[in-house]
Amino acid sequence: MKPSTAYRQYHPKWHRTRVSTLWWSRKWSYLKFMLRELSSVFVAFYVVILLLQLHALRGGPEAYLEFQQWLENPLLVILNGIGFLFVLFHAVTWFNLAPKAMVVRLRGRRLPDVLVAAPNYAAWLAVSALIVFLLLREG
Amino acid sequence: MAETITIEVARYRPEQEGEPTFQSYEVPFSKDWVVLDALNYIKDHLDGSLSFRWSCRMGVCGSCGMTVNGEPKLTCATFLSHYSPGPIRVEPLQNFPVVRDLVIEMTDFLEKLQSVKPWIVRKDDPAPAEGEFLQTPEELDEFKQFSMCINCMICYAACPVYGLDPQFIGPAAIALAQRYNLDSRDQGEQERLDVLSQHEGIWGCTFVGECTEVCPKNVDPAGAIQQYKLAATKDWFKSFLMPWSKP
Repeated sequence: MKPSTAYRQYHPKWHRTRVSTLWWSRKWSYLKFMLRELSSVFVAFYVVILLLQLHALRGGPEAYLEFQQWLENPLLVILNGIGFLFVLFHAVTWFNLAPKAMVVRLRGRRLPDVLVAAPNYAAWLAVSALIVFLLLREG
Repeated sequence: MAETITIEVARYRPEQEGEPTFQSYEVPFSKDWVVLDALNYIKDHLDGSLSFRWSCRMGVCGSCGMTVNGEPKLTCATFLSHYSPGPIRVEPLQNFPVVRDLVIEMTDFLEKLQSVKPWIVRKDDPAPAEGEFLQTPEELDEFKQFSMCINCMICYAACPVYGLDPQFIGPAAIALAQRYNLDSRDQGEQERLDVLSQHEGIWGCTFVGECTEVCPKNVDPAGAIQQYKLAATKDWFKSFLMPWSKP
């Protein structure tokens, strides 16, 4: 509030409330937002794992085997599981953001949100299918 | 006796108390009554000292925004029956200083609104005698949704970013800036961008999205802000890659 407010000088005391540190626990939509922000930590976690994997790959077959065994650590399996859920959540919220940020018009009419988000999901599905195909072919 | 419902109203009388308190009133319950009807009943029949803002009673003026059972609502469009059997807790809008009872101080919002120039800005400014600016229905459609804003500040009450950082220019002001940017008759986009590209402008928004959820007029301020971010980013890239091109 700027001190310029005209009637402030003679005005009775205003009451202000501070936002509590736990404001995000008050409502499911706020909590969802915080979880979405937290999901970026797990995205970073996956990047670190990927970098370690590349490092192990460069170290030769033995180093890679050691890395694979390290990954089998129950703690890491649990962390990976939680991380997967968060990254999934991250992807879904990101794709759902697309129709908010982009207004696509076709013949003067705004495309419904579902149709703007759909290509993202389709691309996701296609890339996932390709990866599954490559993995199964190797096996 | 006719059915009644309890309304717990936040009272703040700065001349007699330092902290807000709650006062309960029993009002008649009617299925076609809204929270504002109950407040007016209290004012007329039970306690004339209760202060609150209202005007049109039909979701147009944007005066009667309050917190009803923890949610920011237009009290003229919030039915008692929705909260039956009660009690219903009515408090002032969150994130604003309280002047008295349910009346909040809104100068901050009005100054922010003014800073984004929510009117048609023309560089040439032709005389009215030269005729009106024409617009096609398609051009109207581009911004119509954002023009439905009634400045009720419910989105500000729902926005945790505004609550934590009062410098943030806020959802409605940005949605209204976008309303004029998208208007084919307007030429003030660059002037607004100077205000909105600052940190307290669009970049302060972390996209909680609650402004859009609570908006009683389906304006979608969250959408407006994200669209603005995209446009500002494109603008920046263009000026970075092609510094000779004028915005």
